[in-house]
Amino acid sequence: MRLKGLTLGLAAAVAATGIAAPAVQAADTQYFPLFTYRTGPYAPNGIPSANGIADYLNYVNLKHGGVNGVKLVWEECETGYNTKKGVECYERLKGKGTTVVFPYSTGITYKLIPNADKDKISILTVGYGRTDASDGRVFPWTFTTPTTYWSQASAFIKYIGAQEGGMGKLKGKKIALIFHNSAYGKEPIRTLELLERKLGYKLTQLAVNHPGQEQKATWLQIRKIRPDWILLWGWGVMNQVAIKEATNIGFKMDRMIGVWWSGAEQDVVPTGDAAKGYKAGTFHAAGGDFPLIKDIKKVVYDAGKGIKGGDKYIGQVLWNRGMVNAIFATEAMRAAQKKFGVKVVNGDQMRWGLENLNITAERWSELGLKGFMQPVKNTCADHEGNGPVLIQQWDGNKWNIVSDFITPMREVIRPLIEKSAAAYAKKNNITPRKC
Amino acid sequence: MFYREAGQFYTSYAKDQGIFQLRQDKYGLWGILFIAFIVVPVGLYLLVQGGLMAASTKDYLYNSIFLLLLVNSMAALGLNILTGYCGQISLGTAAFMGVGAFTAFKFSTGLNYRIQHEDDAGELVSQLVPLLPAIDNPILLVLIAGFVTAIVGVIFGLPSLRIKGFYLAVATLAAQFFLVWCFSRVEWLYDYVSSSTIQIPPLKLFGLVVTGSETVMRDGQAVTIYPAAETKYLICLSLVVFFAFIAKNMVRGRIGRAWMAIRDMDIAAQLIGIRPLATKLLAFAVSSFFCGMAGAMSLIFYLGALEGAEAFNINESFSVLFMVIIGGLGSITGSFLGAAFITLIPIFLVVSLPWLGGQFGIPVDAAVVEHFQFMIFGALIIIFLIMEPLGLARLWQIGKERLRQWPFPY
Repeated sequence: MRLKGLTLGLAAAVAATGIAAPAVQAADTQYFPLFTYRTGPYAPNGIPSANGIADYLNYVNLKHGGVNGVKLVWEECETGYNTKKGVECYERLKGKGTTVVFPYSTGITYKLIPNADKDKISILTVGYGRTDASDGRVFPWTFTTPTTYWSQASAFIKYIGAQEGGMGKLKGKKIALIFHNSAYGKEPIRTLELLERKLGYKLTQLAVNHPGQEQKATWLQIRKIRPDWILLWGWGVMNQVAIKEATNIGFKMDRMIGVWWSGAEQDVVPTGDAAKGYKAGTFHAAGGDFPLIKDIKKVVYDAGKGIKGGDKYIGQVLWNRGMVNAIFATEAMRAAQKKFGVKVVNGDQMRWGLENLNITAERWSELGLKGFMQPVKNTCADHEGNGPVLIQQWDGNKWNIVSDFITPMREVIRPLIEKSAAAYAKKNNITPRKC
Repeated sequence: MFYREAGQFYTSYAKDQGIFQLRQDKYGLWGILFIAFIVVPVGLYLLVQGGLMAASTKDYLYNSIFLLLLVNSMAALGLNILTGYCGQISLGTAAFMGVGAFTAFKFSTGLNYRIQHEDDAGELVSQLVPLLPAIDNPILLVLIAGFVTAIVGVIFGLPSLRIKGFYLAVATLAAQFFLVWCFSRVEWLYDYVSSSTIQIPPLKLFGLVVTGSETVMRDGQAVTIYPAAETKYLICLSLVVFFAFIAKNMVRGRIGRAWMAIRDMDIAAQLIGIRPLATKLLAFAVSSFFCGMAGAMSLIFYLGALEGAEAFNINESFSVLFMVIIGGLGSITGSFLGAAFITLIPIFLVVSLPWLGGQFGIPVDAAVVEHFQFMIFGALIIIFLIMEPLGLARLWQIGKERLRQWPFPY
């Protein structure tokens, strides 16, 4: 038992010397912790996502010398998509001047939300996380910009309806949802069930357990049910396996739609040509044919200052999305700098910046991303911005956008969000803000 | 010389039966308790007040290291009773922890169940109805969690009467998979939320905020009070110390001896009048009681919100089993040592490797650290087990024997 005290003391000493020192940041740097998973079963998707963020931050430093002269510094912490490790990362890095975190995991997001207002650290979940946290009155520190799983699920149903020739035709159609059996995968279920009651299609829910390689039973079910459409809500190796299984049973690939986390190059390339026609959601353009992305390649990688082996990810779907994530953070920082007349922004100011994030079409062009995304605008009550959803399709070589921007069914989703957020507020003694 | 029994006589039966017969051991234990209860909280508080440590570092130590260590110690204690003392291998520890966590959650929200009906417009209206008043005392919740888990443990312990060894391990594996399946599929368990994530509601103990937050009016202004990391730490520490004391007394009394007799040779134990049914099931009950408490503590104090299928997956079961094996089977001290080893070494490596790399001018990124951590941690486990197959507890015991003679070996 005596050793326990010793180890405790030892750990304390190490932690004290190792971590305590840089608690106060140098005057003109802005610190971002990056929660990554470059290892484990989610690494194929984790690496391009993490690179997208890091490359953009690096680019801003190299090209513009930071944001208004404030250098950006970042530090990676490996979570392996594991909530406990993510929490450890958060606690370890939060005191280093952290103002905003990108958990890149719905599970970690759920865990961090209750701490956010205490630590004054915003949680920016670009296209994932807890959907009802879009209600900024109850969750002032959480941002689901630009759009959420519930919105996306409703957009998918809209798309399917259009493909079938009208929403009325959905009646009696069989839709199978294959989802990662976790908080992440279960997010769309409520929306899909609600719409099932409204529109009369038949939803079958098929869960796939972590890490997702074992799907034989799932696809046996699919063969039995013979669904008209499949929605895939997977992540990591689960996507590759699901797409492969779909081609094995000869499912029509253009009737299988993945969530935006199931629609990256990494997911379809292993299946090769057979995946041709597979569709997925997204909220931004695919490919690297934009001035900014070309410039990042030039300024960061051609100058040899990029991540080793990272140039092959540039312009990929998940890399682009990581970049969007970093753009939101830096744009929020820029807005906060302007509003408060400061250089390095603190937690409160960053939160203000995110809440008043307003990236117009002109601003997207200025950034070198004309037509890449729809304008994004947050408000005090709405942290989602209700971004529209696109459908992209794999042609065997690259992803192509095949739909117009689909506006989610806001009239259905927003009341759901508000109801769910109100229940959360009641349970946790939170008085919603007035907006 | 400093660590020997010379001159210490037992002058009463009570003394002869003391847990720590050596004065040095007794003082050592008091010393550790003193450090854990007083020196750590007060010291860290003073360090932060004196500006020598950032408040966030203090939070990190409590929230990510000490609390995790205490939760794991409790779980390891539980498994050690079952596997180390009674010889029944269990791979269902995490599932039993999960039962504890979900029990605590259900009781903290009043055992809600849902009634649904369609309103006039055809919309589905659902309503949660509590069966009991919600309990907001964290310690009570932990104890209830322990009792419920004990019952579940007994049910899954029933096969142990017929099957032994590895076959029993497989039966407990079934418990692991079945219970975890329930955590993600039985909607009642997680109050029907769409994400199957459970979150502990605000709890208080003696007026102190333990989880969630509380807004009070102070001088006409609304002030939000957040739980102090120290509060959580001290509650957890008290629970662990109290139940470690109970466990220690249990294993050295009649019950513990019966467990050990069953472990060493069950037929012989039966012949000397020990009933295997009652003894094995008692071991399952007590062990599950501890594991259930560990799970409840993990939800209430450590994680706050968790997803059953992820937080209590099979890896967690293995991790607790390794704690027990590395710490020392059949040793209360070993449970703590093993928990410390398994919990602290990975964190230590993650923190120290980039620093070490920095000293030699080698940039070590997060992924490399992760890979190295696997390798070093794996190697350490193997080295320890080769050096001392009986675990860290045995190592400590050998150390004590050496100390007895040191520095004059003659």
